[in-house]
Amino acid sequence: MSKSDPNAPKRLALIASKGTLDWAYPPFILATAAGALGWEAGVFFTFYGLTLLKPKLTAAVTPVGNPAMPMKMPFGPEGFQNINWPIPQLIMANVPGFNALATTLMKQTFENKGVASIEELRQMAIELDVRLIGCQMTMDVFGFKREDFIKECEIGGAATFLEYAADADVQLFV
Amino acid sequence: MMDVIKEDQVLDCSGMLCPMPVVKTSKAIKTLEVGQVLKMIATDPGAPPDMEAWSRQTGNELLRSMQDEGKFVFYIRRVK
Repeated sequence: MSKSDPNAPKRLALIASKGTLDWAYPPFILATAAGALGWEAGVFFTFYGLTLLKPKLTAAVTPVGNPAMPMKMPFGPEGFQNINWPIPQLIMANVPGFNALATTLMKQTFENKGVASIEELRQMAIELDVRLIGCQMTMDVFGFKREDFIKECEIGGAATFLEYAADADVQLFV
Repeated sequence: MMDVIKEDQVLDCSGMLCPMPVVKTSKAIKTLEVGQVLKMIATDPGAPPDMEAWSRQTGNELLRSMQDEGKFVFYIRRVK
């Protein structure tokens, strides 16, 4: 309990509510960084964020509805890679497989730049003893079972997270 | 001319972006004895401010933060 014990480490409490590849990054980056600083960290995975606790991660990215997303190629000469392709929303929304293509390109770009994958970051979070809490209500709503999720996570509800967050120094909603 | 710091271990984080340099550093420092020195090399431009914050938060001493041939080099003494 960080508030009652002055010698306790600092604590980070996060809510991860989004399950897309782009929004999977902030909670795992912040939680692992907190672990590296010697802080306690816990993440409450709720709604679409809950899927980030499945054994096989299938997080994808959709450029539709993300008009600020740069559309760049992860290969070719530097000048080519720096082009921000002006692809109309109409095409992005209607060409079959466009999300899969955009997901592949984003993963390749991140790998080229030296960003760890979500799988790697999640494994590091586990090694750093980050508390991973899956939302029971979301499980019920979407028809998931405990065994659909990694064994390293625990299952809890809003009260579980709030009790943890009440003694946190930093609380963020992602 | 700066004093030469002798490191006990080297960690190369070249090519890695946030949060890998601090995560790898925190892992590596735990393998050293208190008082020993870790030399960490990074290319991430975010590493210098992040390593200073990491040092303040963990209490491990950042002896030197410098640039060498386009790389960022840090010497850290394990304090606790």
